[in-house]
Amino acid sequence: MSQGPTIGSMEVHSSLSALEGVCKVILDLLGRYKYGDEDIFAVHLALEEAFSNAVEHGNRGDPNKTVRIDYAIDDKRVELRLTDQGNGFDPQKVPDPRLEENITEARGRGLLLIRAYMDQVEFTPKGNSVRMVRMRHPEPAPQ
Amino acid sequence: MAELKPSISVEYTEKATIVRFTDRKILEERDIRALQDSLMSLVEQAGPLNLILDFSNVEFLSSAILGLLIRISKRVAEQKGTLRLCGINPRIYEVFKITQLTKVFDIHKDIDSALKGLP
Repeated sequence: MSQGPTIGSMEVHSSLSALEGVCKVILDLLGRYKYGDEDIFAVHLALEEAFSNAVEHGNRGDPNKTVRIDYAIDDKRVELRLTDQGNGFDPQKVPDPRLEENITEARGRGLLLIRAYMDQVEFTPKGNSVRMVRMRHPEPAPQ
Repeated sequence: MAELKPSISVEYTEKATIVRFTDRKILEERDIRALQDSLMSLVEQAGPLNLILDFSNVEFLSSAILGLLIRISKRVAEQKGTLRLCGINPRIYEVFKITQLTKVFDIHKDIDSALKGLP
């Protein structure tokens, strides 16, 4: 039997220590809607990367700022929107970490991973809010 | 076998130092920093070192850990050592493939194959 959507939001201090609690809320919901391990891994990774970007780049490590997480989850899709209080950025200007000149940089892979694991990724024109959607993927057949 | 907090165990063998990640997920910023400190101190104490990092227990990692691995690999190279990774499950291997870090790291199936051919 299909379950209705769960819609909610959280606003947390802009600190990486808040990430675990945020992940717990979202991943518990995915468990409730019986998403598989692949979907849970993908959403977890994208959420971690987006939250870290919001704290470190968006809010520039200012713990007095906040990150808002809006979510809408149902049987078919997981939609997350993360909004920071920074000045935004132009995602087109983020260097490709796979290029030879960047591949041994310690940072800069978050956006690439978000785009790889989520089916839709959109930034607001200001660039301080990202909306990302993962559709439920079929579970691989048992070996 | 020495236990280091927060999340690794270290085994010293004749050919290599084998570090096993003992946590399934390494998430907290402070844990990642502590892990980096532990690994860096291992690398710096030893001089040229054959270092094998075993991911068999690891079920999740983010780009913060990839950054840590890059820093460790640079330090090992500066010390004229060798770094190999092993025991990476398919889901995590996909993260290495997407980021093309499979070109940067010497990745082996398991510890036995990682030990082969070490200087």
